[in-house]
Amino acid sequence: MNKNKYLVVYTKFLYTSLASELEYKTNIIIDAITAILSLVGSIFLLSIFFQNTGNIGGWKFEQALIIQGIYTVLNGITNTWFNPNLREIVRHVREGTLDFVLLKPVDSQFFISLKKISPSGFLEIILGVCLLFYCIKINQIKLSLNFLILCLITITCSICILYSLWFFISTTTIWFVKTWNATEVLRSLLYIGRFPMSSFSFSLRLFFSIIIPIAFITTIPSEVFLGFAQIWKVILEIFITLIFLITSRRFWLFALKYYSSASS
Amino acid sequence: MRKIFTLLKVQYSNMLEYRVEIALWAVSGIIPFFMLNIWTNNNLNEAININNIMLSRYFLSAFFVRQFSVVWVVFSFEEDALLGKLSPYIIQPLNPFFRYFTQHIAEQITRFPFALIIAFLFFLFNPESIWFPNLIFLFLSFISTFLSFLIQFLIQSIIACLCFWTEKASSIERLFFIPTLFLSGLLAPVASFPKYVKSWIYFTPFPYLIDFPANLLSGNKTNISEGFIMQIFWILLLFPLFTKIWYEGTKKYTAMGS
Repeated sequence: MNKNKYLVVYTKFLYTSLASELEYKTNIIIDAITAILSLVGSIFLLSIFFQNTGNIGGWKFEQALIIQGIYTVLNGITNTWFNPNLREIVRHVREGTLDFVLLKPVDSQFFISLKKISPSGFLEIILGVCLLFYCIKINQIKLSLNFLILCLITITCSICILYSLWFFISTTTIWFVKTWNATEVLRSLLYIGRFPMSSFSFSLRLFFSIIIPIAFITTIPSEVFLGFAQIWKVILEIFITLIFLITSRRFWLFALKYYSSASS
Repeated sequence: MRKIFTLLKVQYSNMLEYRVEIALWAVSGIIPFFMLNIWTNNNLNEAININNIMLSRYFLSAFFVRQFSVVWVVFSFEEDALLGKLSPYIIQPLNPFFRYFTQHIAEQITRFPFALIIAFLFFLFNPESIWFPNLIFLFLSFISTFLSFLIQFLIQSIIACLCFWTEKASSIERLFFIPTLFLSGLLAPVASFPKYVKSWIYFTPFPYLIDFPANLLSGNKTNISEGFIMQIFWILLLFPLFTKIWYEGTKKYTAMGS
């Protein structure tokens, strides 16, 4: 019963936000071109790195492409769900309309993180998946049930970690109101997820595994893809995902106690 | 001229209110350092004949040039145009772009100390790359950074004027940002690009946005006179285009939200 309610509400969200986004049709075309160009650009950058060397941090070009593919998929998801909703949260807090959200008989975190959807990221997701299929072909990866399950688990974990990171920042809006710039910092840090973690120096690697778990977001799923990830890494990733999800939830509930409505 | 100074003063005090945000902006520009880390950690630089120290200076300079040539006029303009805030600005006997222009300059002044702090931290980790460019080159790179800022400001203002027709011009800007990101030399020096790109890239404005000023500042090899000529060429090309599109756009302007 309860689950059904959320499903119904979510289809309503989908319908309304798609309808409002489709108002700007030329925008969608421009976003599509942007997505294609940005993938081309990052492959170009990768080819610069590889033009005089066979491997970077132990990864061959074909293998590094997998990371690129996963990054593109995750970026698409960020642009479709996380980014537009974050913008909404900032607006809610600034204009005091968060009150209306809190009064609704659905969970506020559910409402606030899934309300909006922007179709401009869809193409990126599709492009990333295509790239991944291409990588499966050129790396001669054998598909098996085991492989697929592991891939699904790790990618789901990445999405959850990414979501928690974004949601953390959104939550801080309650105190700081303007968090637009903090997301820019997160964005630029996430940028290094395009490259294999082992191509960075030790100190950076440490930073990006412990403080901001970017290593877990793209590198481990790619290792699973290539079939050389140890099982403990997968378990560690699941563990970290749980920690992130739970703390981001707690943090949101904690922050709500400090919410004092604006302009009312 | 006096108007500009007053505007500048107002905007500077405005910007001082947002110190935290500007500091965060400065931090978000650290991508060049990650790139540097990949280059040196994998000894990729041997192939392009730039040693580690010169390369780290290059990326630090690229960071600086980027910090002082960031332009976001299209986003402010879009917001003002959509909310109808633009109408009072248009009535004033001063092109509203002066307002945005001084806003940018004021922001850069506020940003300067933060950029210095980041540079200081960078030197702390890479003490061997400390250098001080001689005054002539410092001056030249300052000029070229400003010219690069002007080019980007003009391009973005042209895009911003498209607001008059499409309402959402910021997505065009995001599209334009992609080639800027990959071709300007922010992520990899243009010297390292493959030949088939190098053959045409110097005819586009991109290498003059970051690569050229950064080379000047870091003391890497670059063609000084050609760089300046191309920068001025692009400004002379873009400026009339901007005045034309502004003139056409204001005729189309229908005040929104009022």
